[in-house]
This record gives sequence, C-alpha cells and structure tokens, in this order.
Amino acid sequence: MATETLTIGKALNLGLRKAMEDDAKVLLMGEDIGKLGGVFRITDGLQKDFGEARVVDTPLAEAGILGTAVGLAMRGYRPVCEIQFDGFVFPAYNQIVTQVAKMHARSRGKLPMPVVIRIPFGGGIGAVEHHSESPEAYFAHTAGLKVVAVSNPVDAYWGIQQAIACPDPIVFLEPKRRYWEKAEVDLDATADPLFASRVVRGGDDVTVLAYGPMVKTALQAAEAAAEEGRSLEVVDLRTVSPLDLEPVFESVRRTGRCVVVHEAPVTLGLGAEIAARVTETCFHSLEAPVLRVGGYDTPYPPSKLEEEYLPDLDRVLDAVDRSMGF
Amino acid sequence: MTAKTSTTEMVDPVPGAAAPHLPQRTELVQLLTPEGDRVEHPDYSLDISGDELRSLYRDLALVRRWDLEATALQRQGELGIWASLLGQEAAQIGAGRAMAESDMAFPTYREHGVAWTRGVDPLHVISLFRGVDNGGWDPVATGFNLYTVVIGAQTLHATGYAMGLQRDGAESAALAFLGDGATSQGEVNEAMIWAASFSAPVVFFCQNNQYAISVPLERQSRVPLYQRAAGFGFPGVRVDGNDVLAVLAVTKAALAAAREGQGPTFIEAFTYRMGAHTTSDDPTRYRLASELEEWKLRDPIARLKAHLSRGGVADTAFFTGIEAEADELAARIRSGTLEMPDPAPAAMFDFVYAEQTPQLAQQRADFVQYHASFEEGEH
Repeated sequence: MATETLTIGKALNLGLRKAMEDDAKVLLMGEDIGKLGGVFRITDGLQKDFGEARVVDTPLAEAGILGTAVGLAMRGYRPVCEIQFDGFVFPAYNQIVTQVAKMHARSRGKLPMPVVIRIPFGGGIGAVEHHSESPEAYFAHTAGLKVVAVSNPVDAYWGIQQAIACPDPIVFLEPKRRYWEKAEVDLDATADPLFASRVVRGGDDVTVLAYGPMVKTALQAAEAAAEEGRSLEVVDLRTVSPLDLEPVFESVRRTGRCVVVHEAPVTLGLGAEIAARVTETCFHSLEAPVLRVGGYDTPYPPSKLEEEYLPDLDRVLDAVDRSMGF
Repeated sequence: MTAKTSTTEMVDPVPGAAAPHLPQRTELVQLLTPEGDRVEHPDYSLDISGDELRSLYRDLALVRRWDLEATALQRQGELGIWASLLGQEAAQIGAGRAMAESDMAFPTYREHGVAWTRGVDPLHVISLFRGVDNGGWDPVATGFNLYTVVIGAQTLHATGYAMGLQRDGAESAALAFLGDGATSQGEVNEAMIWAASFSAPVVFFCQNNQYAISVPLERQSRVPLYQRAAGFGFPGVRVDGNDVLAVLAVTKAALAAAREGQGPTFIEAFTYRMGAHTTSDDPTRYRLASELEEWKLRDPIARLKAHLSRGGVADTAFFTGIEAEADELAARIRSGTLEMPDPAPAAMFDFVYAEQTPQLAQQRADFVQYHASFEEGEH
C-alpha cells in the first residue's frame, strides 16, 4: 500500500509535503509557488494546505529570496527556496556564495544555515535562453555548500526530505526534463544516504558516471552497448558535492576505463575534477584516460540546436568506443 | 509618537558656509544643536535623566577611544586594517541604545559603537581586523550579527530575520545598518521591497557619512536618501546623525512602530566620516580639508559635553573619570591585541559545514600530517 507510482515532480511534491508535516519550521519561498503551485507545479496544493506564511509567494527578486532565507534561518527556520529556472539563480549568486555558504564558518558554528535551494536544471525542453543551464560547478566550487542532483522519483522523494533535514545549505538540482519520468516509490522504505553515489547498472568494460538528467542517457547507452556485446557499469553520482567516489574507484579498478557524462560544459566541469581524482587514485588500473562527455564551451544554444549540444546516447557510445580503442 | 517624516521643522544642518554638495535646508530631526543647546521637535520628544545622559556620553567617549587605539594599532602593524567610526559615534550609540535586548542588529563592518552597546567585547571586534577570525563574537548571545563585508547584503538578512520574528509572534525588531553607498545596491532595494510587502518589523538605519570610500553622495542619489522610503511605501526620516539624543529618539520610535506591527522605517542619519574609509584609504585625494573642519564644529561628542557641562549635569570630575576609564580601555585593547593568539592552523577546516564532508576531513588530515612533518624534521 505504501508503494506508489510517482513522477519525479510528484515525488518532490510529496517529499516537500512530508517535510512540512514533520517540521513546522520548514517553509517554502519562491516566485509563483503558492496559488500557481510553481511553474512546474512542484509545490502544487501546498499553500492551500499549509498557508501563506509557510508557502510564500515572494516578490520577483532572487537575491531577496536567498537573503531573507539567511535571516529566517537565523531565527531557526528551514527555508526551502525555489529558483524558477537555472539561469535565474545568478541574481542570488552573491547571497548564496558570500552569505549562505559562509555564515556557518564565519560564526564558528553559531549560525547554521539549513537552507535548501531547489533549482530545476538542464536542457532538452525547447526553452528560450537561460532556461536550460547546468550551473552545478559554480556551487560545487564553493566551500560551505553541498550540491545534490537527483535522477529518479525515489531519490527525489527521499532526497528533498533529507536535504531539508540537513543542517548545511544544499543546492538541490532537479532534472527538469525528467520531471515526468515515473517509477515505483516505496514511501515506507528506509532511504539511502543522501551524499552517496550508487551503481545503477553493473558492467565490466567501462565505468560510466552521470548525475541528474544524464543518468537516463547513460543507462540508455548501456542498453545499446549491451546489444553490441559491451558491458557498461553505470554509476549515478547523486551528489555532486561532496563527491562520493569510493564506489567509482572500486568500479574503475575493475573496468580500467571511465567516462563522465554531464550536460554542463566540459571545461572545468565536474568531469574535470572526477577525471583528476580517478587518475590520482586509480592510475595503475587505468587502461585509457578518463574521458568526458558534456556540453560545449559555448553559451547554451538556441533550442533548435540543443540536441547537438546535449550529450546523448550516441555521444556516450562514441566516448566508450574511444576509451575501448585507446 | 510615531515614526513619520517631519514636515514641520526646517533646520539648517550646516551652519555657516556649507560645502556646496550639502543640502542648505532640509527636514532634519535635531534635539541637540551643535552648540549643545537642547531644542524641541514636534514629532520626537525625549525624556532623559541625568544618569542616562552621562551614560550616553561615556559610551561616546569610550568608543572613540577604542577607535583611536585601533587605528594606532593598525599603524603599528598590529591590525591588518581598521574601519574607523570617527565622527559617527552619536549615530551608532544612539541607534544601539535605542534597541531592546531582544532586538537584533545587522551591522556593516563599521558599527563598533553599536557593538559596544550590545556588550560585544572590543577585542572580539579587533580579532576580525587582526586576521584572527572572520567573525569573533557570538551573534546570538549579543543580538549583534557578525560584520557583513559585502555591501548591503545584511539588509536582506535583517528583513528575513524580521519575517521570522513575525512568524514567531515575537515583540522584537531587526535593525539593519547600511551606508549611503549601499543604497545603490540592488539587494538593499530588494530588502526594502520585501520589508514593505510583508510589513516586516525591520528598521533600516542608514548612516549617510557623505562618502562611499571616495565617491560623494551625488553619485548615489539625486534625492535626499530618506525620501527614497516613500517610493517603497514606508516612512523615511532624516535625523542629525551627530546628535545622539535625536538619533536615540528617532530610532526608538521606529523600532517601537516595527514591534507594534506598523512595518519598516528608513532612517537617514546625516553624519560625516571624519576619518578615512579604512586605514588603507587617503581622503585627502578626494575631499577638502575645509570640509572636515566644518564638520568638526558639529562633533557629536563635543556637543553633548557642552550640553552636560552647561546644564550642570556633569562636572569636571565626571569628565576626568571618563578620560581615565577611556585610557584603561585603550590599555586593555592594546595589551589584549598584542597577546591575542593566532588561530591553530587547522582551524580553517572547522565549521565549514555543520556536518563535515569526508572530502574535507581527508584534506584536514592531510594538512595536519603535512604540518606535523616539519615538526618531526622530515622536510
């Protein structure tokens, strides 16, 4: 009875509802999240049930959302801030980087910042500029923040609750083009730890790493590769900062090959950091350099070109081929 | 008494020949003239005892002495930098003393006077400027947030904190400090929009000290700053920032209004930064010595001293006593600074997170081991 088929969007909605029921200090803030339920309807129905003081339709000002969240956190609240689209987080970037991330350290632990910053991220929805970006590296580069990128309804449901319960600020990246993907979610299960990667498909030939929307792409690539007799191990990183790479190292020691996939531009992206760490730790096991598949070092292109920009099954397989052929 | 813009009193804040950029006539709340004469204001009255007056004087004199000592310590290489409050003592002491214990202050990096009124140990403030700490004091216990160096960011924190007070049903208010330059920041404008939209119990206390480092007020605003508040939909008041009594009265009224659910007020404390922006600054490059001389005539401490002396509220023994106390304070600040231990090297890894990450724990362990290797003579 406790198992339901949920989309990622609905799982987030139920997770937020559960968090609000569990802790009266949890409040949601964002643009259009009240009556409208958010542009993606993630907060649908929550204002009706929890009231306007706990589901706050804010002025149209992202720095205001994050800056006031700092003050509310100082009063013991747990603000969950919705940034409407990835490209709109930058007006709040100052507050996130200079205040939210640093307040705990500045105060030597006196002012914890249990703030969750929900951001629908990534492309593939045919949108206009600033609606398709992958800003995770900016936040992963900032000490004091933790960055989570879920890929499926189960992690969406549990992850948002775990993020809200965490005493540290978390940038919670939601794979917007996968919001409507469905899976069975056991609402009574014991959740996996939030900051842990997970092997989602076993394999022997190449280790493929992904997070957020690219996990599905990596799994599709593994399916296609299997038809050609190649066995890909796929790891869902789940958390971008801190990175949980032990399962990755274990995998790479077996396969000797590693491909990292993300939508963000490859230069100084998460793949660069992961490649460095895998190389430092698994140097003698590697049969080929760690390869990266990601967006190009261009602004996110107009949507007619986004399928060229975004990694897809074929680009992942191309990298697998290059790794195998090295 | 309510915090509203006075439209009845027109006082010239600049006796004699004013600097051309200063308004000749404006609405300025003043209870004590630069000569130390007590004057009445139709909107703001202040019943104050002799004890309280002497206590205000003591605060003003002691924070000035602290400030001078800190500047000297910086000049002697003991502090990395110091942001002097010289000339702004009345604005800060008046505002700080207007606060109730349960109110919360959100300072910039110059509110040493407010820190003093909140019971923050001067050495804890000094520790920040010495490079020992990025904070230094307990913001929760003192009701005085840590210094915020990014201009204007704290005004949003104050507003959010005030929204929290509202939700808690607390009869307290937040007091957000900012400077004239900060009024150009987007975040400050967002803070005022939010405060207005949610009628948050927050008071914006702007010390207009006429300069944002080197840039004069005209580059920030075409209108007197207090008039900005009207555009956001709440009262704006200009108060003589060198008049501790007027600042006290105006801030008390604004905080009371906020606590009573009347929402925000913007206070422009019209003052002057008599020193440099910080010890790294050279104001002779951008302002005239004559301007400083004019403002010296409106010195916030001298005017209260004149008032106390003339009214027989304080005698020579009192002033001599305060001077001795100031010297003691300065000596304590000096010795405390010189004796201040450096933080342990690995302390930088602490408190980055409430729940430290395995990654950072590993970095810390590597660092400690690297450090220890020198002591063991391995390098």
